[in-house]
Amino acid sequence: MSEPLLRVENLSLRREGRDILRNVNLAVQTGQIHALLGLNGSGKSSLAYAIMGCEGYTPNAGRILFGGRDLTGLSITERARLSITLAWQEPARFEGLPVGKYIGVGVHDQEHNREQVVAALEAVALPATIYGFRAADRTLSGGERKRVELAAVYAMRPRLAILDEPDSGIDVLSLGDIERLIRCLADEGSAVLLITHRDELVTMADVASLMCFGSILFTGDPAEARRYYAGRCRPHLESLGAQPWDASMPEVQAALASNGGPVSQLCGDAVKEPA
Amino acid sequence: MSAATIREHALGQRPGWANEMAAMLEAYREAGGNPDALQLPQVATLVVSANEILAAHEIPGVHFKAESLEHGVKANIAVEPGAKIERPVHLCFGVIPAEGLQEIMAEYDIGAGAQVEFLAHCSFPNAVKVKHVMEACIHVGKGASLTYTEAHYHGPTGGVEVRPHAGVRVDDGGRFITTFSLTRGRIGLMDLDYVVSVGVDALAELTTKAYGTGDDKITVREVVRLNGKGARGLTKTRVAVRDEAISQVYTAAEGNAPGARGHMSCTEIVRDRAEARNTPLVIVRDDQAQVTHEAAIGTVNRKELESLLARGLDEDEAVDLIIRGMLR
Repeated sequence: MSEPLLRVENLSLRREGRDILRNVNLAVQTGQIHALLGLNGSGKSSLAYAIMGCEGYTPNAGRILFGGRDLTGLSITERARLSITLAWQEPARFEGLPVGKYIGVGVHDQEHNREQVVAALEAVALPATIYGFRAADRTLSGGERKRVELAAVYAMRPRLAILDEPDSGIDVLSLGDIERLIRCLADEGSAVLLITHRDELVTMADVASLMCFGSILFTGDPAEARRYYAGRCRPHLESLGAQPWDASMPEVQAALASNGGPVSQLCGDAVKEPA
Repeated sequence: MSAATIREHALGQRPGWANEMAAMLEAYREAGGNPDALQLPQVATLVVSANEILAAHEIPGVHFKAESLEHGVKANIAVEPGAKIERPVHLCFGVIPAEGLQEIMAEYDIGAGAQVEFLAHCSFPNAVKVKHVMEACIHVGKGASLTYTEAHYHGPTGGVEVRPHAGVRVDDGGRFITTFSLTRGRIGLMDLDYVVSVGVDALAELTTKAYGTGDDKITVREVVRLNGKGARGLTKTRVAVRDEAISQVYTAAEGNAPGARGHMSCTEIVRDRAEARNTPLVIVRDDQAQVTHEAAIGTVNRKELESLLARGLDEDEAVDLIIRGMLR
C-alpha cells in the first residue's frame, strides 16, 4: 500500500485537565473513505479539530503528517491551503453572507467559481436558483445548513475532507444524497475522514476505526468495526455504568492498555454478541 | 425623469444645471443607487444638491413640495391615502464640493392605507468638511406601509458630519420599516437619532448598519415606544469598527400596552484599537407587554472565523467577509 496522505502518529490532546485524545494512530489514503466511529464524547470531533488546527486543539504529543509534511505549527489557513478542510458537525451561521458566496470561498478555480458553486449545490440537492442567494444564517434549517456545509467542502475539491457527522440533521429521505456526495468526493480523488456515531454510515467506508475514550481501539474492516461498535462496544460502555468513562476503572485501563490489539482482548467474552 | 423630461426640466434652469445634475447622478451611483432609475417617467424622484432642488418629479399618488433654504431644503413629501406605489420613490441628496452644509427639513405624510417604498441615497463623494443634517418628521397613516431605505457614501477622507434625526408616528395597523446604512467609504461623524411611536397592531423595524474605520465616530440612538395594543417593534443594529473608530449604540424599547412586543438586537464587531459600546434600555409599563434584547460586542465569532479559515482565507479576509455579510 502506498504512503497514506494523512498519518496521525501517537497523538495526544489534553484540554481543561482531561485527556481527550490518547496516543491516537490513524492513516487515511488518497481516494479512500475512512470512517471514524464512536459514541458521543469519544473524541472524534476533537481529533478532527486537531487535524484542522483549530484553536485550543494543539496536541500535547505526537504529530500529524499530511503528504509526508508535519502540520505542527501550521495555522488553519495554511492547512486549508494545503487542501485540507473540515465540514463542521454544527456549521456556523453567517448573517447576511449568501450561500453561494460561502460555498465559493474555497473554490480555487475562480474562473469557474459560479459553475462549481452551482454544481456543489446540485450535489446536495439544493436548487442553486433558490439557495444561491439566501443567507447562510439562522433562516436555514439545520439540515439545509448541513447540506450547504457539505456543498462547500465538495466545491473545494480538497485533498483531505474531514466530515464531522455529515448525516446528522439530514432527513431520512435525503441520506442517499449525502452518501452519494461522500462517495463522489472519494471517487474524484479526495481522502475522506468520515466521522460518525451512526454505524449504518460505516458500510460505505473502505476502512473504519473505532474510537472510545480518546483512543483508537480498532482499525480495519468496516463490517467488523460496525459489529464491534453495535454489539460490544456499546454494551461494554453501558456495563461501566458511567459516562464519560472513568479512567481509574479497571475495565477502562485494560481497554486502553490494549489499544490497537485484537478486539477480543478489549472486551473479552463477558459481553454477548449482538442479536 | 426620462432623458426628454430632464431636457425639459433643464429649460429655464440656470447655467450649469446640467453639469450639476450629472455630478449628482454620479454621486448617486457611488452611493449605491441606480441613476437609470431616476430617469424613468413612472418613478417619483427628488434630487437635491446642497440647497438646490435639481429635480422633483411627481407621479400619480406621490407629491413633493420643496423649497430652498439658505443651507438646504425644506420638503414635504406626501403619498395619497390608499395609493399603492409600485416603484420605489427615489430621493437623492448630496453635496458635490469639498465643503458645505446641507440641512434637509423633511415631512413625510403617508396617507391611510397607502403602500410605498423610498430609496434614499446621500452622497458626499468629495467631502473634506461637509455637514449633512436631516430633521425628518414621518407620519405613517392608519394601515399604511412605508419602507424607507437610506444609504450613504461619504468618500474616502472622513470629512463628513452626518446627523439624521427623525420623529416617527406609526398609526394603528401601520408598518414602518427602515434601514440606514453607511458601510462604504469613511463615515466621519455619524449621529443617528430616531424616535418612533407605534400604534395599535402597528409595526416598526429599525435597522442600522455602519462600518467605522480610521477615527470615525458613530452614535446611534433609537427609541421605540410601543404605545398601542399589540404593537411590535424591532431595532437591529449592526456596527463594525476598526482602527481607532468608536461606536456608541443606545437603544430603548418601551412596552406600554397589552400585547406589545419589542426586541432589540445589537451586534458590534471590534478590531484593532477601536471601541464599541452598547446601552440597551428596556421599559415595560404593562404586565401584558414584553421587551427583550440581545447584544454581542467584541471580536468575530470564533466558529464563523474558523469555518472560513478552513476554506483557505486568511484572518483579515475572513473577518472582512463576516463583517461585509453582517452589514449587507
